[in-house]
Amino acid sequence: MQVPILKQGAYLIATVQSALTDDDLKQLRDTLVVQVSKVRARAVIVDVTALDVIDSFATRTLRDVAHMIKLRGAETVIVGIQPEVAFSMVKLGLTLEGVATSLDLEEGLAYLNRKGKGPEHHEVRTHR
Amino acid sequence: MRFALIADEVRVAIDRDVDIVSARQKGRELASHCGLPSTDLAVVATAISELARNIVRYAVRGEIILRLVDDHGKRGIEVVAADDGPGIPDVALAMQDGYSTSGSLGLGLPGVRRLMDEFEIISDFGKGTTVTVRKWKR
Repeated sequence: MQVPILKQGAYLIATVQSALTDDDLKQLRDTLVVQVSKVRARAVIVDVTALDVIDSFATRTLRDVAHMIKLRGAETVIVGIQPEVAFSMVKLGLTLEGVATSLDLEEGLAYLNRKGKGPEHHEVRTHR
Repeated sequence: MRFALIADEVRVAIDRDVDIVSARQKGRELASHCGLPSTDLAVVATAISELARNIVRYAVRGEIILRLVDDHGKRGIEVVAADDGPGIPDVALAMQDGYSTSGSLGLGLPGVRRLMDEFEIISDFGKGTTVTVRKWKR
C-alpha cells in the first residue's frame, strides 16, 4: 500500500490511507527522506488519521523519519493520531519525544506557518 | 481450556510482515463481537501487532489464535501467540522494560502485559514460545 505524497507550497504532505506493513513504513520513510530535498520542501506532514494501530515499529519509523528529515534541513509534523491510538501507544510505553505533532492537518499547517516554514509569496491553502 | 468458547477460533499463520497487519485486523474484528469499547479494540489490535512481530522477528514463523471467551458471563477475547522458534533464554529478563536482544525498542512483552488484562508466557529454550493474553469486557 503506497502512501500518496503531495507537494503543497513549501510542504510535502504524506497522507496514510490504510494500514501499513513494516515494509510500507520503511518505503514511506525512504521516499520522504529523498523527496524532501528533491522538491526543496521545508517541512513534511505525515497524516496518520487513517491508522488504527501505531505499534512499536511504526512509532520508531515515524521518529526516524522526523530525525532524518531534520538532518536534511526540514521539519516534520505528525498529524491525526487518534485518541485510542494515543492511549495504546502510551500504555505500550511508546513516545514521539522530540517530534512535532498536531491534532489534524489543518493544525499541522497552522503550526508550520507560525514557525515561518511556509512560502513567502503565496498562501498555503487547506481544503477545509 | 479454562474458558467457554463463544465462537469458532480464528487462526492466523504468521511468517511475514503482512501477516502482522492481517492478524491485528482479524483480532480487532473478533473483539468487536464481544462488545469491547473502541479504545480496547485499539489496545487489543496493538497487542496483537507486537506479539505477531515478535514471531516474525525471533521465530520466523508461528501462529496467532484468536478466541472469544466466556468466563461465567464475563466476555472477552483471548489471543494466543505461539511459535516453535528458539524460545526465550531468560523470560524474567525479557519481561523487564527496556530489554531486547534484537536492538529494537525492547518494550514488546512488558508493554503487551500493560495493555491487556491477563498475560501468560511459556517459553522452552530451544522449543518455542507461547504467549496468551486476554482482554475482558468491563
